[in-house]
Amino acid sequence: MIKIQEVCKNFDLHKVLNKVNLNIEKGQTTVIIGRSGCGKSVLLKHIARLLQPDSGKIFVDGQDLSVLNERQMKKMNLKIGMVFQGGALFDSMTVGENVGFALIEHQRIEKKELLERIEEALSLVDLSGIENLMPAELSGGMKKRVSLARVICMKPEIILYDEPTTGVDPITADSINELIINMHDKLKVTSIVVTHDMRSAYRVADRIAMLYQGRIIAEGTSDEIQNSDNPVVHQFINGLAKGPITETLERFR
Amino acid sequence: MIGQTLRLTFRPPLKLERVIQQAKKAGVESLPIVSLVSFFIGVILALQTAYLMQRLGSEMYIASIVALSLVRELGPVITSLVVAGRVGAAITAEIGSMQVTEQVDALQSFGSNPIKYLVVPRFLALSLTLPILTLYANIIGIMGGWLLCVFKLRISSQMYLNITFDSLLLKDLFTGLAKTVFFGMIIAFVGCYEGFNVEGGAEGVGSSTMRAVVTTFILIIAADCFFTFLFYFIFP
Repeated sequence: MIKIQEVCKNFDLHKVLNKVNLNIEKGQTTVIIGRSGCGKSVLLKHIARLLQPDSGKIFVDGQDLSVLNERQMKKMNLKIGMVFQGGALFDSMTVGENVGFALIEHQRIEKKELLERIEEALSLVDLSGIENLMPAELSGGMKKRVSLARVICMKPEIILYDEPTTGVDPITADSINELIINMHDKLKVTSIVVTHDMRSAYRVADRIAMLYQGRIIAEGTSDEIQNSDNPVVHQFINGLAKGPITETLERFR
Repeated sequence: MIGQTLRLTFRPPLKLERVIQQAKKAGVESLPIVSLVSFFIGVILALQTAYLMQRLGSEMYIASIVALSLVRELGPVITSLVVAGRVGAAITAEIGSMQVTEQVDALQSFGSNPIKYLVVPRFLALSLTLPILTLYANIIGIMGGWLLCVFKLRISSQMYLNITFDSLLLKDLFTGLAKTVFFGMIIAFVGCYEGFNVEGGAEGVGSSTMRAVVTTFILIIAADCFFTFLFYFIFP
């Protein structure tokens, strides 16, 4: 289980996260929605320990992420995998080396087993046989899937997805949604998906949380969010140009 | 970053293949441009010295002036500046692009320390290959001076080489090469530091790369001044 407690984060004078509280149950897929630049990815990076909160704490399976020693940190790294927005594949390596990266770097395993694990991970994302291509030869959607394969290869318990369907065509987006659902069903992983694509959110989510002005303003199942009477949530999920979100912006201007 | 790099350099495991790969990029692939530049510097130096020496009627000193200026000063500095422009810029651009495409974050998320993974191999490769490159540049530069003097100024080949070797002391070679170890470190650290601090997209990579090259040039020249003072008093 992941427990986010009173997490605050400022960049210069800009308050990005302002006492965020959120609990994520084991094995569930939680989708965090919100406008671009509202701090969704920042929150995700805190769980992946790429950023440290200014105040507040994050617990993963009861362990406080801010007080891990080196051994616990390594274990945590293998437990949490992150799929980055643009894929973030290492472009000096082949697809195979990318997918097997964590195993090559941190686990001493036989070459045969390594190749099997890479092949298995790639076939889970329907991309068998592309081990020897370079990332520059892949399309945007393929990069995202290889990025997912790279995470699957280390068999994590938690997968974090940063805007998995942004910038790909609707068909690829749907196949990525299906992959997220498959990971949840087949591998029983806990997933956190950050997105502003509501179609995708409804499709994959067990629970949806909305981040607005640095706080979680609504949390619940897909149905609960869809029927929410919070005007901010209503404006966002229905994609309306007029409403409290844009009115606040107008006032600032 | 410097402290962390030094600490991590001596902490196993050290992936030698990554150091060798970087040494190849920084060293072997710099050979053509270093050859070209140092050859021309040797020729130019010999010509400029000849201008004065001919007026004084002491052409035989050309060889020693060329050898000493190259080995003590020009070889190390010119080689370092060429490598700074070529390799330092490449380091900032590469790490900078990795930073903006979240590859540095990805490294970290897989439990690999970016300093250990990216900085340590470049730091080791540059501080080891730069002295070797400099030694090579010295030889090529002296050869340039020799070619000009023998074929253009009609100085005897044997005499030129004799004077060259007589005028060079071990300390000249040592002081020249020792400082390049530090110049190599400067190139690696500034290149990596600017790379990690890239903000924005392509424009950020461009301005950081420019800043890296300018900073490296200034630091190399300043460090050279410092070492020249230091060695002047240590080895008078």
